[in-house]
Amino acid sequence: MTTHLAIPKTYKLYIGGKFPRSESGRTYEVVTHKGAFLANAAKASRKDARDAVVAARAAVSGWAGATAYNRGQVLYRIAELLEGRRAQFIDELRSSSGLSESQAQREVDTAIDVWVWYAGWADKYLQVSGNGNAVSGPYFNISTPEPTGVVAILAPQDSGLLGLVSVIAPALVSGNTVVVVASESSPLPAISLAEVLATSDVPGGVVNILTGSPAEITPWLASHADVNALDLAGGSALEWVDLQIAAAETLKRVLPPEMGIPAPALDRIQLFTETKTVWHPKGII
Amino acid sequence: MSFLEYAPALESKSILHLRKSYGLFIDGEFRDGHGTPFTTISPADESPIAEIAHADATDVDAAVAAARHAYENVWSRMSGRDRGKYLFRIARLVAERSRELAVAETLDNGKPIKESRDVDVPLVAAWFFYYAGWADKLDHAGFGPAPRALGVAAQVIPWNFPLLMLAWKIAPALAAGNTVVLKPAETTPLSALIFAEILQQADLPAGVVNIVTGAGDTGSALVNHPDVNKVAFTGSTAVGRAIAKSTAGTGKKLTLELGGKAANIVFDDAPMDQAIEGIVNGIFFNQGHVCCAGSRLLVQENIHDEVVERLKQRLSTLRMGDPLDKNTDIGAINSKAQLDRIRALTDVGEAEGPQRWSAACTIPDKGFWFAPTIFTGVETSHRIARDEIFGPVLSVLTFRTPAEAIAKANNTPYGLSAGIWSDKGSRILGVADRLKAGVVWANTFNRFDPASPFGGFKESGYGREGGRHGLGAYLSSGWNTEAQQALPGRAPSTKERSKPKNTTTARATTKGATK
Amino acid sequence: MTIDLTVALAPASRAIQLIGSDLTEKSLKLHLDGLSGVDSVGLEARAAALATRSIKTSSKAWALDTIIKLIDLTTLEGADTPGKVQSLVAKALNPDPADPTTPRVAAVCVYGDMVPTAVAALGSAHAAGGTTGINVAAVATAFPSGRASLAIKLADTTAAVAAGADEIDMVIDRGAFLSGRYGLVFEQIVAVKEACRRADGSYAHLKVILETGELNTYDNVHRASWLAILAGADFIKTSTGKVQPAATLPVTLLMLQVVRDWHRLTGERIGVKPAGGIRSSKDAIRYLVTVAETVGEEWLEPHLFRFGASSLLNDVLLQRQKMSTGHYSGPDYVTID
Repeated sequence: MTTHLAIPKTYKLYIGGKFPRSESGRTYEVVTHKGAFLANAAKASRKDARDAVVAARAAVSGWAGATAYNRGQVLYRIAELLEGRRAQFIDELRSSSGLSESQAQREVDTAIDVWVWYAGWADKYLQVSGNGNAVSGPYFNISTPEPTGVVAILAPQDSGLLGLVSVIAPALVSGNTVVVVASESSPLPAISLAEVLATSDVPGGVVNILTGSPAEITPWLASHADVNALDLAGGSALEWVDLQIAAAETLKRVLPPEMGIPAPALDRIQLFTETKTVWHPKGII
Repeated sequence: MSFLEYAPALESKSILHLRKSYGLFIDGEFRDGHGTPFTTISPADESPIAEIAHADATDVDAAVAAARHAYENVWSRMSGRDRGKYLFRIARLVAERSRELAVAETLDNGKPIKESRDVDVPLVAAWFFYYAGWADKLDHAGFGPAPRALGVAAQVIPWNFPLLMLAWKIAPALAAGNTVVLKPAETTPLSALIFAEILQQADLPAGVVNIVTGAGDTGSALVNHPDVNKVAFTGSTAVGRAIAKSTAGTGKKLTLELGGKAANIVFDDAPMDQAIEGIVNGIFFNQGHVCCAGSRLLVQENIHDEVVERLKQRLSTLRMGDPLDKNTDIGAINSKAQLDRIRALTDVGEAEGPQRWSAACTIPDKGFWFAPTIFTGVETSHRIARDEIFGPVLSVLTFRTPAEAIAKANNTPYGLSAGIWSDKGSRILGVADRLKAGVVWANTFNRFDPASPFGGFKESGYGREGGRHGLGAYLSSGWNTEAQQALPGRAPSTKERSKPKNTTTARATTKGATK
Repeated sequence: MTIDLTVALAPASRAIQLIGSDLTEKSLKLHLDGLSGVDSVGLEARAAALATRSIKTSSKAWALDTIIKLIDLTTLEGADTPGKVQSLVAKALNPDPADPTTPRVAAVCVYGDMVPTAVAALGSAHAAGGTTGINVAAVATAFPSGRASLAIKLADTTAAVAAGADEIDMVIDRGAFLSGRYGLVFEQIVAVKEACRRADGSYAHLKVILETGELNTYDNVHRASWLAILAGADFIKTSTGKVQPAATLPVTLLMLQVVRDWHRLTGERIGVKPAGGIRSSKDAIRYLVTVAETVGEEWLEPHLFRFGASSLLNDVLLQRQKMSTGHYSGPDYVTID
């Protein structure tokens, strides 16, 4: 009986809908929780981060300009594809973080459910967060939240999949595009997620994923003038206050780090939106 | 043959796999009805399509019992997340089988395939997709911190948009956690029955959705059934009135979506060509079988002649014919009864004084047909300005000032929809403010979206379908304080409501639905 | 800059007929600004609805042949040589060597200095009239930008007419239009129309290119269409093909609506030519439908409707081949122009 010789996957970055290696040519070793070699993941440089922001910005008008219904459909389709790759993700989580079969199953199933929860908000959050306003005077007045633009996200570092999904999905709902720095120790599910995105209907550049050293990369995103918001969810081990100060230079909207994995919340969608209020006179003669 | 005659472009019926006869869909499977089966026909040529079961009172009882059982034991215990997943499945399956559903709808209803394919069925999928996402977010919907389902919903729908009206009823009901017994219209049961097959493919738990075909007696038995918590009806104002009376004091929550006689107001600064399209779309879309149809054109007097002339010109390229032909714009009238009603009212219109003009259309020998018709010189005191005709007939009135337009538009017991055509934003918003209509379309008409609430003022009914508001019809806020309990004539608490009202009836059902 | 609103504009019979003999910048502007607005969403929805027409079998066969007969086969490149123009003309005369039943195109469209080459290559087929005659259309007036003095634009026109062009495709001054100088745009068209007059008193046919992609809004296209007709255009044309977006179905629908209204007002028929970006038979058929259902079938004739296209012809030929053989064809079975 012949055994099948495995073909190991090459883990690259995900930028603009494509899978480039780091322009720096660097990689770093990813090991199992026991210390055995798993793969060489790309080690993103500041130039990769720069390119990712360019790709994310270019994708904003298409993604924000799509109908909410369309965004909801695209996000739901991603859930369908995640479901299809359930076994692959369970496998990856087990090998990288040492989770048991049932723990890994639970994490993957929860990640899918979180994604579906957020997908369903696309055409609804406006009805909950926006409204007409009863101003004094003959004016029609309406407030609607709009996507802020490009959101840079430092994903939770201790969770390969669920943490990642919990920070990416809410930012996308309203039409933002994202640049995500994955978990340093557990980056492989992030690239598998990128494969799901690449085979879904989400346009290139809407989600960009960088693997490597958050300490090295995040400061460049925090100070980047073309990034509108910064989610430091996975930043508790970094000098994150300095990052927040750097972000303040261009008045970015900043979310400080959270312990553990952020729970699904409407807040997380609203935080990355800007509310626009429009006035229009009303008169019949 | 001139180019404009267009060679036949028939959509094939081969995509359908129809049964010779359909049973009632109760508790997850098809079963015979106790009433006398009837035949559903194609109104385009009066040919038979399939035999349909007729649910009598015992069948309705069994359906309600199945819905009750499913509510108590399965659906109310299921997480919103999982309810949502079933609804997402249904949405996807509808999209997958969309062509088949469109052909079936056109065959049974008579509407052009272009409309079933491009409007009806896509909206059906969208409606399920939209409400799927609400199922696990009810606490965010603005109905209190812990809104609860009502229980079993009785739903009766009309024949003009059979599958779409089904989606408007079932999707929010299920998302909110209710189970359903739905009665399709007598002349258009087919798409609902194919939908039942889709529910089986989706593996929806038995009894969550039950479909009982039949006639007026079936509907009556259903809405008056004592073990129903909620009634939703779309149809004529006359029947809606009767239901409001028969459900009074029963504690059942009621929403009604009834008739209309919408005013389509065209100001002299309207974008002219788009206004003409809007008028045509407003009254001739779906052969005018639309509760929110723009059946009264209120045109500013100084542009009346130009508008009427352009309208008549525009109607010369409207194509009436085989609904399955992809180039057909105007299909068949749904039934002989409806055709007779339209004829009677248009005869009245002619007798009252207005001038009648009809588009030149070839009327086929078989089937039910009525050429698009315009009445000019209509005044507010004419019957054709007040009575809902529900056919491709437009009544044209004039106005001099915006205030007069508003007064004439509001001068009706109906209040479902209205249209405003003007290039001036402030006028549109100012006039919209003053119109007594639940849906106002400005520089557009007959636009529907699952995110957009739809429903009427006054005798066009109450309650809204679509949007966040549409959920409210199927939820109780859960703010049932003891003080409220104590008031005479109050509806029972949610806890009490989930028990069957008439326990003897419930025990008598075959499924033994009581706990 | 201030515009002198009161100076009299050059006389143009249609404008005088509609606006009156007091034809000034001001009276022209009042008229154009008084036109009905255009709702873009509604216009595009109507175009999309027309695009759902299903044209099959005999209607499709007729449509494909008609499209060919309405094509202005075009080459407008800096790199055009006599050889290139000769190749184009050969294609125009014989679109499908394997099928002699294939109709001929309406015209070839070239730069003014290539007119003599085109005329020579067409030989007896040039303006033979009837179904076998093929016209020579020349772009002129500093095509495509139109940024040159009026004197140069007129010289460009006169030269092309003298060399034998049957039709002149001129460009309007978009800069003047967008800065509100309607009178200037008007006068240039009137002057070019006059430059189309031949010694024997006949006129070359004038197509006025609005360059709708640069005019940008439908209201602008609406006004420019009326302006061009009032100034004497025989045809109004969407685009040079050098700017994106070029022809679109909604923009063409709008221009057809203007032509319909002009016909209703005066009984006169003006032609419409969408140009650029129409590459597939499917698209072209949608334009035929739009013409037929807006102004009527009688407009589907070369003297009232043209397609400005190059690659469209081969796609139509491929479709024709499929209709006659029953199987899908391929690029090897149509010739390069």
